[in-house]
Amino acid sequence: MTTTVAQPIASSGAHAATARVRKRLTTRWASLIAIVIALLWTTPTFGLFLSSFRPEDQIKQTGWWSFFADPQLTLDNYQSVLFGTSSSSGQMASFLINSLVITIPSVLFPVALATFAAYALSWLDFRGRDWIYIGIFALQVVPLQMALVPLLSFFSQGVELFGMTVLPAWDLEGPARFIQVWFAHTCFALPLGVFLLHNFMSELPGSLIEAARVDGATHGTILRKIVLPLVMPALASFGIFQFLWVWNDLLVALIFAGGTPDSAPMTVRLAQMAGTRGNEWQRLTAGAFVSIVIPLAVFLSMQRYFVRGLLAGGIKG
Amino acid sequence: MDLNFDFAAEQPKLVQLLIGVVAFLAFVGLMLLLLDRAPMRQRARLHAFILLAPALILLGIGLVVPGIRTTILSFMSGDSSSFVGLDNYAWMFTQPEALTVLRNTLIWVLLVPLLVTAIGLVYAVVVDNTRFESLAKSLVFLPMAISFVGAGIIWRFVYAYRPEEADQIGLLNQIVVLFGGTPQQWLLDPPINTFFLVIVMVWIQAGFATVVLSAAIKGIPSEIVEAARLDGATPIQMFFRVTIPAIRPAVIVVLVTQSIATLKLFDIVRTMTGGQFDTSVIANEMYNQAFRYGETGKGAALAVFLFVLVIPIVVYQVRTLRQRREA
Repeated sequence: MTTTVAQPIASSGAHAATARVRKRLTTRWASLIAIVIALLWTTPTFGLFLSSFRPEDQIKQTGWWSFFADPQLTLDNYQSVLFGTSSSSGQMASFLINSLVITIPSVLFPVALATFAAYALSWLDFRGRDWIYIGIFALQVVPLQMALVPLLSFFSQGVELFGMTVLPAWDLEGPARFIQVWFAHTCFALPLGVFLLHNFMSELPGSLIEAARVDGATHGTILRKIVLPLVMPALASFGIFQFLWVWNDLLVALIFAGGTPDSAPMTVRLAQMAGTRGNEWQRLTAGAFVSIVIPLAVFLSMQRYFVRGLLAGGIKG
Repeated sequence: MDLNFDFAAEQPKLVQLLIGVVAFLAFVGLMLLLLDRAPMRQRARLHAFILLAPALILLGIGLVVPGIRTTILSFMSGDSSSFVGLDNYAWMFTQPEALTVLRNTLIWVLLVPLLVTAIGLVYAVVVDNTRFESLAKSLVFLPMAISFVGAGIIWRFVYAYRPEEADQIGLLNQIVVLFGGTPQQWLLDPPINTFFLVIVMVWIQAGFATVVLSAAIKGIPSEIVEAARLDGATPIQMFFRVTIPAIRPAVIVVLVTQSIATLKLFDIVRTMTGGQFDTSVIANEMYNQAFRYGETGKGAALAVFLFVLVIPIVVYQVRTLRQRREA
């Protein structure tokens, strides 16, 4: 009964056939193309990675490939970019913590909200269900840009209707400012989340849920005991999507988190450094690598779920 | 170098994180409690309301109402005080600086989906069922995990420029010098600099195309491949006459998603050139106008135009969705 949820990526029956196609296509040219593309796709990252460990004067004067002639490595760049306290050093540790504080709730809330909504849209029968679903689905392509200015004024000025204050301004200061970043990310994540989770949930066998209802289970119980265990892979794939999106986001952070070490994430700091200290390569390379390493680790350990999400139609911009 | 990083100063942030997580648990608990308590006999409407209300409220506050307000703002002056009719749109389609932005966006949206699809398709075909397939796909896929900002820095390093007499530190200029050329400042000269930015986006997104198209290729029914093979199709014929027609839906998915992602592109331009040297695109210009120059009206008009550009794609998607439901 669980197999209906997991959609196999490849049908094994086609393997034998494609193997034969492969034989005809695997000429010397095909291998050459594969190698060239693979090199083009890895060399730039490798160059950055290697450079981040080279001493400052070397990074600035010689190319990273000269490392192989004169190997010298150091951790100084990482020390200074992470823990240096002068404002020019990067202070990346502070921004790293901000990235974590922003990302964790910004993943948890949308996953929960989308799960509840997707359950209702898949398994409850009520009037207007299809229209609500299509509405949420269509919101997927509303560009964030459409929402930024009004949402920012919603936070900073509240809501006024005909001169009456309907909702006061949030006036968030200090660490409380993270709340508006969480809020924004949660809103923007919902269309994709509901769409993805609905795709998976509506595939569950209806007899299962009917049987539970006949036994007198409440929707709370059905959701918790039956649906949730079955859609865990889907939650994982939406979760990892949202994690990568929030961690790597620049636009939402610039507008709702500001640019100071108090609340801005690493991407904002890196963009600042690229602008004002664009030639301080010892800090840029190390800083960029710090910001890359965490999503890369998450990504590699959960690649299976990520691919499944992609194939189910998940892409966000 | 002063390394006295003050960890104690970071504590309030972690407290805030804790508050966030506790709020999350409380929310989930409350929802489940409400669902358990709501009388089961009643029609599904009450339960549906409980389950959908939080998401719909947030969508309303975060997307629907702001979308409408932005549309209204696009007909207002820069400080949103007076109605200016279509002035902001007239600006967008007549002023040289705005036209450059539109031209660049057009270049992006034409090139990125095509290049991403072409490279992804070719790569998926050449590595298909080889011994290194999963490793090969992972290598191209990895940039998907890297932020656009990170990728921007990686590629700025590739494009880095040093005067002719000095050692080059950027890979591209080093290669140019190796072949006897003179080093270039790749990101300074319009319109060619936009192409160097496009490469970064293609580099990030090609893995997406590879994975989606590779899955589609593996799903081609064996009978079709077999029949073509018996008819003596060459590898090239096989590619154009069998593979491509069979995976057409997946190709369209890649083209559509890439077009949307490219239209909204912001980070790469902002990190690599800041939109200078005539490289700005709609999303970047929208940010500049609305949040840096205080020209809310122009920013809003750009956002609305972005939305109008993606509407045909929504209509197309909703139509396929309904067809699938009816089928």
